[in-house]
Amino acid sequence: MSLNITVCIKPVPDPDYYDKITIDPVKKTITRAGIPTIINPVDKNAVEAALQVKEKLGGKVVVITMAPPNAEENLRELLAMGADEAVLLTDRAFAGADTLATSYALAAGLKKSGPFDLVFTGTESADGATSQVPAQLAEWLDIPHLWNVQEFEVEDHTLKAKMSMENGYINYLVQMPALLAVKRSINKPRYTTVMGVMKAKKKPLTVLTAADLDVEPERLGLQGSPTKAGDIFTPSLARKGQQLTGETEEIVEQLIQVLRGAGLNLESLNVNEAGRE
Amino acid sequence: MGFFQFTEEQEMLRKAVREFVEAEIAPHAAEWDEKHYCPVELFPKMGEMGITGIFVPEEYGGAGLGHVERAICLEEISRYSAGLGIALMTHHLGIAPILYFGTDEQKQKYLPDLAAGKKICGLSVTEPGGGSDFMGLKATGEFKDGQWVINGRKCFITNASVADVDIWAVVTGQDEKGRALMTVFIIDKDTPGHAPGREENKIGLNGSSTGDVICNDVVLGEEAVLGEVNKGAKIALSAIQEIGRAGMAAISVGILRGCLEEGVKFSNERILYGKPLNRLQAIQFIIAENRVAYEAAKLLTYHAASLKDAGKPCANEFSMAKLFATEAAIEAAKKTIDLMGGYGCINEYPVGRFLRDAIATIPAGGTSHIQKIIIAGNAIRGN
Ligand SMILES: Cc1cc2nc3c(=O)[nH]c(=O)nc-3n(C[C@H](O)[C@H](O)[C@H](O)COP(=O)(O)OP(=O)(O)OC[C@H]3O[C@@H](n4cnc5c(N)ncnc54)[C@H](O)[C@@H]3O)c2cc1C
Ligand SMILES: Cc1cc2nc3c(=O)[nH]c(=O)nc-3n(C[C@H](O)[C@H](O)[C@H](O)COP(=O)(O)OP(=O)(O)OC[C@H]3O[C@@H](n4cnc5c(N)ncnc54)[C@H](O)[C@@H]3O)c2cc1C
Repeated sequence: MSLNITVCIKPVPDPDYYDKITIDPVKKTITRAGIPTIINPVDKNAVEAALQVKEKLGGKVVVITMAPPNAEENLRELLAMGADEAVLLTDRAFAGADTLATSYALAAGLKKSGPFDLVFTGTESADGATSQVPAQLAEWLDIPHLWNVQEFEVEDHTLKAKMSMENGYINYLVQMPALLAVKRSINKPRYTTVMGVMKAKKKPLTVLTAADLDVEPERLGLQGSPTKAGDIFTPSLARKGQQLTGETEEIVEQLIQVLRGAGLNLESLNVNEAGRE
Repeated sequence: MGFFQFTEEQEMLRKAVREFVEAEIAPHAAEWDEKHYCPVELFPKMGEMGITGIFVPEEYGGAGLGHVERAICLEEISRYSAGLGIALMTHHLGIAPILYFGTDEQKQKYLPDLAAGKKICGLSVTEPGGGSDFMGLKATGEFKDGQWVINGRKCFITNASVADVDIWAVVTGQDEKGRALMTVFIIDKDTPGHAPGREENKIGLNGSSTGDVICNDVVLGEEAVLGEVNKGAKIALSAIQEIGRAGMAAISVGILRGCLEEGVKFSNERILYGKPLNRLQAIQFIIAENRVAYEAAKLLTYHAASLKDAGKPCANEFSMAKLFATEAAIEAAKKTIDLMGGYGCINEYPVGRFLRDAIATIPAGGTSHIQKIIIAGNAIRGN
């Protein structure tokens, strides 16, 4: 058995730079220029799942993303981790896509990039976090999908998969081709090795634009997005502050009064002289 | 001389190694130091990563890269654990003579396991009679009945108690002027008569094992000779110059980055006079000095490594990199401790360890005095 496996991955802003992200007050979009990206963390679990299937059953792992041109770097990283091929869907026409327009373009990209027996995604992105893309993508591709997958096994074009629920799990048998949105705890993504980095540069990375895809242009990007942000703003996180002044002992006294006043039962905390180290 | 620049692959490699280091090394570095423990179990993992055999050709199971990439690995590891850094660097130090001077049989026999980190290598040159007096070695090799008999005691040997393969430099004759002629041998750890001796209790670099190694009538066949008989001085020296000093420089670059990053972090978080500590100009000066020291050490080190990869003379450049980076690391660690006030003296923070580690980098690979003698000698000769 040799499987064609495609993994959808999304570059998301590097959390180290969250404080540098701003909101465009007019366009109601997030300004990401100059913010480095990382691979959406759970998407690495999706890639790991795909690599494990390939190692067991043979086949090929393709990683695909719809993202700005600099996502090439993220894709190279996944080629270094072990993926065989990468596809980057990038075009101004894709910009401003909601989940519908994103999944539409992704579906077209998947069809273009070859046959697939298995499609992996993460459960949700670290930025948009709608969790809608996996289900929508599966619908466009007209294949079954499961979300929040904790375990799975491939048996002869059938998948045995365990989907986590709030209070337990459901075991499914799914006919392939199918899409699985995997959760973080499904595995531990492997380290990228030095040898992997060296091999990555020789692996194919294809860049596709809207013109390369079999798509209706009006369904792409902002134009193809029924979701319109009503308002988007930075909430004011300022708290009401009160400054206590005086010698340390006095401040402590005042603080105790304030805490008591706020209804905190300090005695129940069991703080006493003897208890202090 | 062109300015040194990393390639895209080298940047990716750094990122990959950093991820590994942050997960597998950073969380344990303080504990290894405290317990004086060399984490040998990490060698196979570093093998899978391609780190232990980074400059070993692919045909011998290595990653097939060069000395710039090696320096990247050592810098990244030593950012958190210079102790493991020197254990790894010495592993490379032992591998290099086999790779550059060994016969194909020796390479086939030793390199695959060493590259994979399944075995650990060491290089035994220094003796109690003085590491700086390289030509004054006392250990001997005598050729008797078609076999070599090795006797001697080596000291301050990194990986002494953990190495599976030990490279020895011994005196095997004299030239017409009475100067020692050396031969280098590959010794397997289980060879009768070969054993680690006392283990040193060091000031720093305690994530590595350092100690004596003793050869007591160790009998070796001719296949254990590395390179040619009586031509071993060049083998040992070139390893020390171009692998050992290179490694110590890269380790110190890692310590320097540690000082810089820890100083910045602390001065951002520490509130003094109601403001972050780094609003004080005196503190900013320390950060600026550490930043420049890191950058300068990095340029010297990677530039020298790029010369090595290009097959150009690089021994003098590595001496300069080693001298500058190791001394700068001590300075930077001391200043970072100053920056932190009382907290700098508390072992919950890593900078005290950085200082101890940095001090221990000075003799390893030849002292600062020796580097200066080499550099001055070159300068006086017009190099
Ligand atoms: C703060 C914020 C809020 C948003 N809110 C909404 C909203 O309410 N409604 C809406 O329609 N859009 C919304 N968007 C836009 C949405 O993020 C994009 O459409 C995005 O491309 C896909 O949605 P997601 O990030 O929510 O992905 P999710 O559905 O959460 O992602 C799940 C998985 O799908 C795959 N995937 C997602 N995006 C891509 C991609 N571009 N390429 C490849 N694989 C991918 C990954 O495997 C990922 O793990 C929002 C964006 C932001 C930044
Ligand atoms: C952590 C650590 C790891 C080590 N690992 C190894 C290893 O793996 N293998 C190995 O073989 N060795 C190893 N060494 C030994 C190291 O190479 C020696 O310590 C070093 O060469 C100095 O030798 P010495 O200690 O005998 O000092 P000495 O040679 O006795 O020097 C004493 C002092 O005299 C100065 N001095 C000596 N000669 C001159 C001169 N001509 N002009 C001016 N000043 C001079 C020195 O700079 C020093 O200040 C290691 C050392 C350390 C600390």
